[in-house]
Formats: sequence, structure tokens, C-alpha cells
Amino acid sequence: MTNTTKRASVRHRSLGSWTRFDVINTLIVLAVTIVTIYPLYFCVIASFSDPKEVALGHVLLWPVKFSTEAYKYVLKENSLWIGYRNTIIYTLFGTLYNLCLTIPCAYVLTKKYLPFRGALSWYFFITMYFSGGMIPTYLLIKSLGLIDNPLALILGVGVNCYNMIVTRQYFSSSIPQDIYEAAQIDGAGEWTCFTRIALPLAKPIIAVMALYYGVNHWNSYYNALLYIRSDKFYPLQLVLRGILISNELSMAGFENADAETAQYMIHRAEVAQAMKYAIVFIASAPLLVAYPFLQKYFTKGIMIGSVKG
Amino acid sequence: MAETVTVQRNRSGSSRGGEHRARRGNLRKQIWRCRVLYLMLLPPVIAVFIFHYVPIYGVQIAFRDYRTSKGILGSEWVGLKYFKQFIQYPYFGKIMRNTIRISLYCLVTFPIPILFSIQLDELRSQKFKKVSQMITYAPHFVSTVVVCSMIILFLDSDGLIGRLVGSNLMSKPSWFAPVYAISDLWQGLGWGTIIYLATLAGISMELVEAAEIDGAGRMQIIRYVKLPHLRSTIITLFLLKVGQLISVGFEKTFLLQNSLNMDASSIISTYVYEVGITNHQFSYSAAIGLFNNVINIILVVTANTIAKRFSETSLW
Repeated sequence: MTNTTKRASVRHRSLGSWTRFDVINTLIVLAVTIVTIYPLYFCVIASFSDPKEVALGHVLLWPVKFSTEAYKYVLKENSLWIGYRNTIIYTLFGTLYNLCLTIPCAYVLTKKYLPFRGALSWYFFITMYFSGGMIPTYLLIKSLGLIDNPLALILGVGVNCYNMIVTRQYFSSSIPQDIYEAAQIDGAGEWTCFTRIALPLAKPIIAVMALYYGVNHWNSYYNALLYIRSDKFYPLQLVLRGILISNELSMAGFENADAETAQYMIHRAEVAQAMKYAIVFIASAPLLVAYPFLQKYFTKGIMIGSVKG
Repeated sequence: MAETVTVQRNRSGSSRGGEHRARRGNLRKQIWRCRVLYLMLLPPVIAVFIFHYVPIYGVQIAFRDYRTSKGILGSEWVGLKYFKQFIQYPYFGKIMRNTIRISLYCLVTFPIPILFSIQLDELRSQKFKKVSQMITYAPHFVSTVVVCSMIILFLDSDGLIGRLVGSNLMSKPSWFAPVYAISDLWQGLGWGTIIYLATLAGISMELVEAAEIDGAGRMQIIRYVKLPHLRSTIITLFLLKVGQLISVGFEKTFLLQNSLNMDASSIISTYVYEVGITNHQFSYSAAIGLFNNVINIILVVTANTIAKRFSETSLW
């Protein structure tokens, strides 16, 4: 490069004018962003369109012949709402259980003067590398009598080792250790140190962990698939699997319609399809709406974790 | 806190008695001092013991002929019978190939989040960067069940993509692995950039400016400053990925599986489920799971050894 262009490029940067590189780069990022959002956007517009127009492929950019017919029937899918309720319960109690185990565990393992700290840490680290696998775990749950018991979805290992390491990292790097010593000189015991000093200072990481565990509970279907038999205990994801993948829509209220004509059957199939889009939207909406507000916490978790890794 | 320990040690060390005994007394005292901490550690230790270590203990049914009525210890030892049965299973080769094929397709997409993170990092408009990040992170929060439903809905012959290609790709075994990998990329692209962006943020501006003054263009800065800076992160994440070569997630494969794509979608984990949960052949199923786990560990260790040889980076 010659001297002039060198200076030019530096000047370009400081003036903030766009080079060809910037234009191409921005266009690619824009394209990726659109491709990422479009499938989700499509589900929303498809659910609010006339089911017939969706089936014909006319819905591409915005709702065609705005209609809430799909939602009318979705509201009558009782299993969906039972699943919703169950998932809220499992998520709340499951997350609470996770936090009650993970936070004290991570805190204690930061104490350098704790005898056998290393061995105890490894006791948890090993869980990242070795596990019993599907069948031995299933047999354990069975022998504990937790098959078809909602507790099987709430209790469990409780401590995700990766999350525990991130929390530990936070405790040891973001809270000065002197603070505990000062408190202990003032007569505070270990428990007081934890509840009165560490916990209030650890609010950000507790939020991060609550979100991580919460999202996991909300989205999980594997444990329920293995351990839950009765519909009444089904979490949302298992209900969704039935409706969306195995086509088990009850379509309550539709039976009263006209006779079993071919036209009726086609319409029913179209509405069923539109209902699926509506259900995709309803099932994902809580997390997708909440997450932009919580985004900084999620990314914070990864950042703290990556300091060590 | 370390001082307290030394102070205590000195104090009792100065008292009479062999040093060994003094140290042991000290240790006991220190344990007693930490009793509250141990109590706090007790619930997680118990939970992990019951729900993680007991199943590890239960893995021995892979070497036994497990009967529910006899329990684990009462069942007869059969050695490697079930491992042999798996290796001699007519579809053994196919299951292994399917598993590895899906992994390899996913491995191909590995560099894309790296490229995308550099692109985000190079964006001029910070506002646009924020919006783009927010949107590309979103699919990470969509559940596997919903992602799979969307795939099925879109690929259906009158779905969004099915109409475009003129047929249903979900019924074509050759498309199973690509669909799996592409949907994984869709879901994980934005989220995958976070760790790279965090690393890129750690580059000192002076280094970039020095390169600019030396006449480096944008591409050269990416090539000679930014990529080398990401090197150890890339290697670490790549190792983790290679370690998972044979542990393709059960959840997604199971949901996308149908009778038409079975030829490409039956993998180790779905076979474990089929044999164990559906057919109740617990020992055989546990043996397949263990076989899978052992290969996993070998893969991680090998990948790590190779990486150590080529660079300073390793998982441990």
C-alpha cells in the first residue's frame, strides 16, 4: 500500500464514511438477520391469515384476509392449557430447586480454607464427563417410584456443573474476599456471611442462573417423555409434540359443523394447519417476548464463563 | 483466610506433640470450623450422588442379564454378551454411519459463527449490530419441539419450503442430515457468536491501530490480528464439538424421525431409546449407551492430545 492510501484508510475510519467493505458486510449481516427472523415471523402471519390463503401459499409477507379463526379453536384445546399450567409449575419449582442447590454449592467451593475443597470440586466436575445414561437413570427413577410422578420433573441432579462453575467464578472474582474476613471479625458466622453478604451481592448471577435453568425447564420434553405417562401431568412441550408432530388435535367445536363433505374435510385440514402455526406462536411467545429484556443477563453468563475457559 | 489457617497451625504447632499429630488435630479443627459450609454442601452432594452417581453404579447392568425381579446385584453376570450383540446387530454399521454423518454435517457449519461474529464486530452501526444480535439470538430460546414442528410444517409438500422444492424433504433419507445441520445452524448461529464477540472485544485498540498505521487493510487486520486472537477459543470449542462426534442429540432426531427417513435417522441414541424404553431390554440398551460413552471419552481425550501437540490450548 502506498502512503496516500494508508492515510486515506485511517481517515476513512475516523470520518466514519462507508467503504465497499462496510456496504457488503452490512448487506450480508442484514440478509442473515432476515433469514433468521423470517421463519418465526411467518408462523405469526400464517396464524393470523385465512387458513385457505395459507394453504394456497398466498401468505408470504403479511397476513392475508386477517382472521383469528385458528385462535378460536386453539382456545378450546384443553390439553394445551393444562400443559401450559403444568409447565409453569414445573419451571417455578424446578428452578427454585436448582438454585437452592447450585448457589450454596458454588459459594462453598470458593472457600480456599475448606479442607478437601479440591476433592469436593472434582466430585462435581466428574459429572460433566461420565454419566449413567438413559437406561440406568430410568431404572433409578423407577425404583424411587417417581414414574408418572411430577416430582420426577422437578427433582434431579439439580446442579448443572457448567452453571455451578460460572457461579463459582462470579463469587470468587466479583466479590472481594476481604469482605468476609471483616464480617467474621465482627462476629458473623459462615451462614450469616452467605445470607447477608454473599447472596445480596450475587443478585446478578442468581438472575442469570434462574434464567438459564428456567429456560431449560420451560423447553424440556425429554424427562417427561421418559417418566410421565398421564396426560394430566404432561408439560407443555410434550403436549406440543402430540399436537404438532403426531397430529393429535382434538379440534373441539368443529364436529358440530356441516356434514362430512369433502369440502368440510379440506377446510378442517386447513384450519388444523393454521392452528399449528398459532400454537407455535403461543408456545414460543413468552420466552421470545421476555428475552430481549433479559438478554444482557444471558450474555453475561456466557461472558463470566468464558473468562475461565 | 489462608492466614487464619497458618496462625492456627503455628499456635498448635508450638504446643507439644509431633508435628504430624498437630497437623491432624489442626485439620480436624479446621473441618469443625467449616461445619456450616459442609452442611451447605450436603444437599447438592446428596442430590448429585442419588441422581448422578447411582446411575453410574447402575451401568453395571450392561454386563449383567438384568431382570427387574432380581434387582441389579441379583442379576447374573454375562460379561460382554450385550456389547457383542450390538456389534453383530445387522444395522450396527448403519446406525454408526448415520450418527457420524449427522455430526459431520454439523461440524461443517462450525466456522460460520466465527465468520458471523467477525462480521458483527466489523459493523459500523452499533445500533444495527444490537438489533441484529437480538434477532439472531432469538431462535436459541425456541424449544426443540417447536423447532422440529416448524421444520416439519415448512418442509411439508404444501409448506413454505416444500412448495419451493416441489417435494417433502423429510421423506428423503439423503436430506435428513443436511436439514438437521441447517436447522441447528439457524438455532445456534447468533448464540454461538457471543463467546467470539466477547473474545474480540478483548483485542487492544492499539494493536489494531498499529496494524492500520503499518498499512493493513480491513481484511488484513481480520486475517492477521483478529483471527489469531480468536485462535485458542476456536480450538477449545472445536475440541468440544469433536468430542460430541458420536453423541448426536436424541431429542431432535427423535422428533424428526418418521418411517420414511428411518434409513438416515436411526442413530445410536434413538436405538438406545427404542431398545430400552420401548422394548424393555434394559441390559442391552445400557450396553449400547456405555459403548457410546466410552467412545465419547476416547474422542475427547484424543482431540485434546492432538491440540496440545499443536498449540498451548487444551481443555484441561
